[in-house]
Amino acid sequence: MIIKSVKYLLGEGDKKVAVNVRTQDDEYIGVPISTNNKDYQEVLKWVADGNTIEEAD
Amino acid sequence: MALSKIDVANMLTGATPVANGGTALTSGFKNGVDPRPLSKPIIVNGDCSVAQRGTANTDESASGVYRVDRMNVGLSNIGEFRLSQETLSSGAAYNAGFKKAFRIDCQQADASPASGDIANMTYKLEGNSVQVFKKGTSSAETYTLAFWVKSNKTGTAQVNLVDGDNSRMVSATYTISSADTWEHKVLNYPADTTGALDNDANKSLEIEWALDAGSDFTSGAVPSAWESSANTDRSVNDLALQDNTANDWAITGIQLEVGTFSSTTLPPFQFEDYADNLLRCQRYYVQLGTVGDTQSGFPARAFSSSGLMFAASLAVPLRGDPSTTLVGTIRAFDDAGTKDSTSNFALANYNNTNSNIIMLQSTGFSSLSNDQSYNVMAINDTAYKLDAEL
Repeated sequence: MIIKSVKYLLGEGDKKVAVNVRTQDDEYIGVPISTNNKDYQEVLKWVADGNTIEEAD
Repeated sequence: MALSKIDVANMLTGATPVANGGTALTSGFKNGVDPRPLSKPIIVNGDCSVAQRGTANTDESASGVYRVDRMNVGLSNIGEFRLSQETLSSGAAYNAGFKKAFRIDCQQADASPASGDIANMTYKLEGNSVQVFKKGTSSAETYTLAFWVKSNKTGTAQVNLVDGDNSRMVSATYTISSADTWEHKVLNYPADTTGALDNDANKSLEIEWALDAGSDFTSGAVPSAWESSANTDRSVNDLALQDNTANDWAITGIQLEVGTFSSTTLPPFQFEDYADNLLRCQRYYVQLGTVGDTQSGFPARAFSSSGLMFAASLAVPLRGDPSTTLVGTIRAFDDAGTKDSTSNFALANYNNTNSNIIMLQSTGFSSLSNDQSYNVMAINDTAYKLDAEL
């Protein structure tokens, strides 16, 4: 997965439950904020590389 | 154990009767007893028969992509793979009972990979699926990996066992002798008394078939004994699969066994019927909704004017929290009509990974009534893809 951008998704009570990942193919993947998820591990690497997760709309 | 014959000869002489007339039932069975400690194959979908994501070819330039269930590829700046589920109609693998294979074609070549480029195929195992190897204990078991392979390229390549919990690895090699011919390979790996595997649902052990790489991965030596993981040792022997678009590599009949076996003593491949195989795959990936017109109704509740959560049923509990992809439209019905969403689809919560109920949500609606009940339907080929792969 090559990440183009990432934005938080809110759940009930405006809790951050997931991030919406836009890939290089402009596919959108809802990725749970969970360290046992392989895609969230990719998001964490992406953030460690200096990128920022956008706040939810 | 079912007996097909009684060993009358030995019974008459007073010797210990042997199952099935004193003749081993088949290779790998000692006195008719299956030596395996598990009743199910360790490798899920080893016959490559399940491909929930579809069987069409897909061209990929990045890692982490699946086509045939459980079969993953790693690809970093080294051309493109074309992935497919190949249907077999002849050859030694077909004659051994295999009708499908996972195939990788070089779609875009890179004959001079940069130092950090790598291409491989991987199979990832949960920690709780591999405790039977007793790794990291004084009773640690050896490993035997067997598979059928076919490529237009001949030569020697390596397969690594990687312990991700303890950053350790060991390797063995196989040789493709004849081009475009299915060949059966049996590889042995030593036991490792160092580094116990975590007993959880996360990735612990990985099988890595080296296909191509740059010098960062080729400059070491093939480790025949367990060692601290070293990138330089991962692809010392590979097939340089990405050096020409005419290249291809396919695999099926993957089995991982506890103990050391040769090609003559290897227990037979444990075929599972399609339904059992599919259910085991759906622990890692499932697609709900599928195709057709309005169907797949789920009870739902609005939690804001744009957010709706709904409960979906799973045939098998997922391994963990899944990534989610929406194909098509989520349509929410109430007495007043319908409201649609095509975006912001995500997991709401899945607190118990032994449960077959999962809460999904979308915040792509508008004008919902907070706390009102709705019925969510999948329309016009809508699909909810849930991915809990390792």
